[in-house]
Order: sequence, then C-alpha cells, then structure tokens
Amino acid sequence: MLTITDLRKSFPSPEAGGRPVEIVRVARFELAAGQQFGLRGESGSGKTTFLHLIAGLLAADAGRIDFDGVDVAALGEAARDRLRAERMGYIFQTFNLLQGYTVLENVLLGMSFGGGRMDRDHARALLERVGLGTRLHHFPRQLSTGQQQRVAVARALANRPRLVLADEPTGNLDRRRGQEALALIREACAEAGAALLLVSHDPEVLGQFSAVRDFAELNRPAAPGAA
Amino acid sequence: MTLPLILYRSLRQHALSTLVTAGSIALAVGLLMVVWMVKAQSQRAFVETSTGFDAVLGARGSRLQLVLNAIFHLEASPGNISAADFEQIRRHPAVKAAIPLAVGDNYRGYRIVGTQEELFTKVEYARGRRYVVQPGGRVFAGAAHEALVGSFAAERLGLRVGDTFQPYHGLIFDPKSQHEEVYTVVGILEPTNTPADRVLWIPLAGIQNMKGHDPKFATDLSAVLLQLRTPQAGFMLDMMYNRQGNRLTFAYPVGAIVANLFGKIGWFDRVLALVAYLVAFVAAGSVLASIYASMSARRRDLAIFRALGARRHTLFTAVVAEAAVIGALGAAAGFVVYGALLMGVARIIRAQTGVALDVFAGHPVLWIAPVAMVALCALGGVIPAIKAYRVPVAETLAPTS
Ligand SMILES: Nc1ncnc2c1ncn2[C@@H]1O[C@H](COP(=O)(O)OP(=O)(O)O)[C@@H](O)[C@H]1O
Ligand SMILES: [Mg+2]
Repeated sequence: MLTITDLRKSFPSPEAGGRPVEIVRVARFELAAGQQFGLRGESGSGKTTFLHLIAGLLAADAGRIDFDGVDVAALGEAARDRLRAERMGYIFQTFNLLQGYTVLENVLLGMSFGGGRMDRDHARALLERVGLGTRLHHFPRQLSTGQQQRVAVARALANRPRLVLADEPTGNLDRRRGQEALALIREACAEAGAALLLVSHDPEVLGQFSAVRDFAELNRPAAPGAA
Repeated sequence: MTLPLILYRSLRQHALSTLVTAGSIALAVGLLMVVWMVKAQSQRAFVETSTGFDAVLGARGSRLQLVLNAIFHLEASPGNISAADFEQIRRHPAVKAAIPLAVGDNYRGYRIVGTQEELFTKVEYARGRRYVVQPGGRVFAGAAHEALVGSFAAERLGLRVGDTFQPYHGLIFDPKSQHEEVYTVVGILEPTNTPADRVLWIPLAGIQNMKGHDPKFATDLSAVLLQLRTPQAGFMLDMMYNRQGNRLTFAYPVGAIVANLFGKIGWFDRVLALVAYLVAFVAAGSVLASIYASMSARRRDLAIFRALGARRHTLFTAVVAEAAVIGALGAAAGFVVYGALLMGVARIIRAQTGVALDVFAGHPVLWIAPVAMVALCALGGVIPAIKAYRVPVAETLAPTS
C-alpha cells in the first residue's frame, strides 16, 4: 500500500552557510495495508520530515512515494492536499487541535476538506469510541492532555483513512497514559482498517509493536559537505 | 458546511473587532445611502413642486428670491408690486392664468398668504395636480375672514374646520405683534407634499386690509404666479420686464431657476458624499486591519487546516469570505442607520420647507452602496488572505518544545 523508493529531502542549513543539507534519504520502505509499524529514532534524525513527506505536507526533492497506486512525490501541492484530506490521518505530538472549535467540530473538520460531507454520526461514534461521548461540545482547553490526545486520534480517523501517521503521539503524556493512548491508537486504527506508521524516540512505546525498525538504519542522509 | 463553520467560529473568536468593524461599515453605508436619497428626493420634490407655474412676476430683485418666496414660501418677498401691474399681466394675451399672492403675516410661525380662490379651483399647482379640500371643508369666500389651511400647518397648529385664530404681523412669529382680526378655518387641504402644506391661505383682501398694514399700499401684491400659453410668450415677457423695464422682475423659467439653485448648493451634497466615501474607505481599511491583526493568532489554525487537507485556495476563500461577511453584516445594519437618519432628515426638511421626501422610494443607491461595500470589504480581505495562503504548514506545526 505504501512503498517508498530513493526518497530524498534537503533543507538549507544556516550551519552550512545556507547550503542544503540532506535530512532524509530512504532507499526503500514498505508498509502493507492495515499493517502497524513503529520507527525508532533519535531526536533530530528526520522522523518528522519523513512523515511530512509521506503526508505530502512537504515536497520531496527526489524519489517515489507510492501510496495506494499514486506517486505522492510526483503530485502537485493541491493534489497532495486532496490525497491527504481523503485518505490519510495525522496525529501530532502536540495534537494541534483547533482551539476555537469544539471537540465535535474538530473531528468534523477532519472529514470535510476532502470534499466529503460532515458526517455527524460518524464523528460522534468516533468520539464515543475514544471515550469522549460526553465531551462533544467542550473546547480543547476544557480537556485534560490525555483527552486532547484522544480527540486528535478521533480526528485522524474521521476521514476513514487508509493510513494514519503518528508523530511521537505519546510524547506529551506520562508513562501510564502514554501506554493507554498508544493502545487506543492501535486498536482504533485496527478497527478502522487503517495502516499505522508511528515514529518515536521512546523505546518503551515501540515495545508494543511487532514490527519496529531503527530509523537510523533506514534513513542514511549524505554527510553534510559530502554532496 | 465547512466554510460556514469556519466563518462562524472565526467571527465569534473575534467578536469585538467584528462588531466594531461592522458598525463602522453600517455607518458608511447608511450615510452614503442617505446622502444620495436626500439629494435625489429633495431635487425631485423641489422640481416637481415648481412644475405648476411657468413664471413669477414680482418687485425688482433676485429671480431666485422671487421663486423661493412665491412658490416655496421661503425667504422674504423682495418688495411689492401694484394692482395696476397685476391687472396688466393678467390681461396680457400670452398669459393663461395669473394668481396674485400677498405675504407679510404669520400664525405662530406658519405663513399666512393672501390669494384668490382660483388657485384652488382653477389651476394645477403642479403638473397634473390640483389642490383638494378635505371633506367637510371648503375654499374661503371672496372677502370674508376665512382661512383654508395647509395640512401640515393644520396638524402642527391643531387647527380644524370651525376653529378661529388671530394672525401675527410679519413673517417671523412675534407674540407681541398680534392683529385684531379673527379668522375662521373653513377648510383643510389634502397633503400635497409641497411647501404649500405649511401655509394658511386667506383671501387676498384679508392681508391687504389687515389693521396695522399701511392703507396706502392696501392694493399692493407681493408676487403673481403665472401660467403662460407658449414658451415664446415667456421670452417676450422676459424681454419686456427685465430688459426694457426696470421696476419689476419676471422670473422665468421657474424650472431652470430651481435647477440652477441645486447647481449652487451641489457642493453641499458633494461634501456629504465625500465624507461618506471616506467613511466607507476607512471601514474597508478597518476590515483589512482587523482581519490582518487576527491573522497571526490564526496562523496555527490555518496550518492545521492545511494538515487536515485544506487546499491553499480554500483558506484564501475563507478569509476573503470572512471579510465579505463582515461587510454584509455591516451593510445590513447600514439599512437601520439609513432608516433612522433618513426619517430624521425627512422630518427636518418637512418642518423647514414643507417638502416631503418619499422615505420608502426605491433608488439604485440602495443596492449599489451595500453591494459595493461588500465588494470593498472582500477586497480588503485579499491581503490577509494572501498571508493565509502562504502559511508554511510544516514549519508552523513543528513542535516548539
Ligand atoms: N524547514 C526546515 N528548514 C531547515 N531545516 C529543517 C527544517 N525542518 C527540519 N529541519 C532540520 O531537519 C532535521 C530533522 O528534523 P525533524 O524531521 O524534525 O527531526 P525529528 O522529528 O526526528 O526530531 C533537524 O536538524 C532540523 O533542524
Ligand atoms: Mg519530530
């Protein structure tokens, strides 16, 4: 379902006098439909950049990202936006909930940019699934951190995605809640039939996954100045 | 559904600046519409009022003053003309109708004008319109101490058929200068929406013979309203009175003199319109400023929308639409401002001149101004919208911790 080949991304680096420094260079990575995969990596190793590339939030410099039969890396920005809106879910470390919108509205907006209608029943069902059935009209600031995390999970699943990308989703939670949240994400994705690609620097988090890889093994950017 | 939700939430989040901005837009739109309506309506009313008579003959002086005094019952009469002059013009073959007027008295600030019954029975005071006496009343009789009262004056003075009053001397109300004569109201006129509504009409001889008026000038008149048989007659009489003679002024054509007056006071509504335009631009500017100011607060929201798959142009549209909605809210409230202002202005104009504006009349400005304002606001939204369009998603959403 997701096959990445020779993916590259560089950023201009102030350290290198503004010259581009390669952050991501992934020769090959595969993820099957419905599969759950954990990537472990040090902070600053390019995990977020990697997920942004898959989600189409960043344009790749080179390579292919075959997702469901389309090469994300070859698409223009608008097409990438559409693809993300229709078929991907994204869970951020900081949740990135919309503060001015209720819990229900956050989830509704997660399903509406792909041109789909706002399915309130589906949104409610998702929020009930993550245990927030009684908090539909709360605003994010009225929720605990753990509850906010669960809104983010429900929102990521709102558009019935084929793939959920999770970037350190437990980074802002204590250990016990982190474990709970992770279990919830994995169960919810499994129930929804979505594949899950999760990145984290926390070995404990990744213990839950049967498929785990070191990001450093996968990502081998050229050393600065080598290019 | 997405766009309305985003607009609603965004406007709610910035409710105060939304309100202030919409308020200034309401003011601008209301003001613009009032300026245009008052201009259009007063011009219509004045021009319409002056369609009944072709010319006014009076003492030597300003034509405009003559017209204002004889037709609009404003200003003082420039002087008197003799009965002989009246007879001469009345008998002139080119003259279809000649109605004498005598002014000089008032009743509690409302002018008393002496004239002949013909004004109410024979002639049209404006094209196609005649005075009509309200049921239960009649026109005053020849030399009796009787009065026919204009509708506005009757209403304001509380006069009804059968009531009596004693005139005061002069055009300006002075309680110390009351005449001895007692007049009886024998009729009230139907409203004409012209200055005549403010007048108390009595027989010509009434003014002329009022005790305290100099008997030497008892047969004098203030002016003569004229209907001519042909336009050529007007030019001929103009030649005769204005060029060859030097005692009298023949104000002709009345329509052109009134139009000329509007030309002279045109600067006034141009200044008002300029003020309204300025307010409109300031309002559009404040739309820009308020949306722009809320933009940095919303940077993160916009980036999140993008992460959820919103396209750049969707966000651009949302911001422009928000500006337009603020404009539309303001424009809608502008009709309230318009209604209140116009009623007030119309009441003042009515009280001062007797001319009634048609408050409910339609005019293109009533849709042009609101639509233009909404467009201007949308335009003001473009700059913040470009900013929204450019929000870099990955950078904005990068965790700051
Ligand atoms: N927009 C950018 N411009 C320049 N450098 C960037 C940008 N985004 C990320 N980087 C750099 O790329 C590297 C990897 O960042 P990131 O993908 O966030 O790592 P991780 O998520 O593994 O902590 C960092 O050194 C960071 O400074
Ligand atoms: Mg990261």
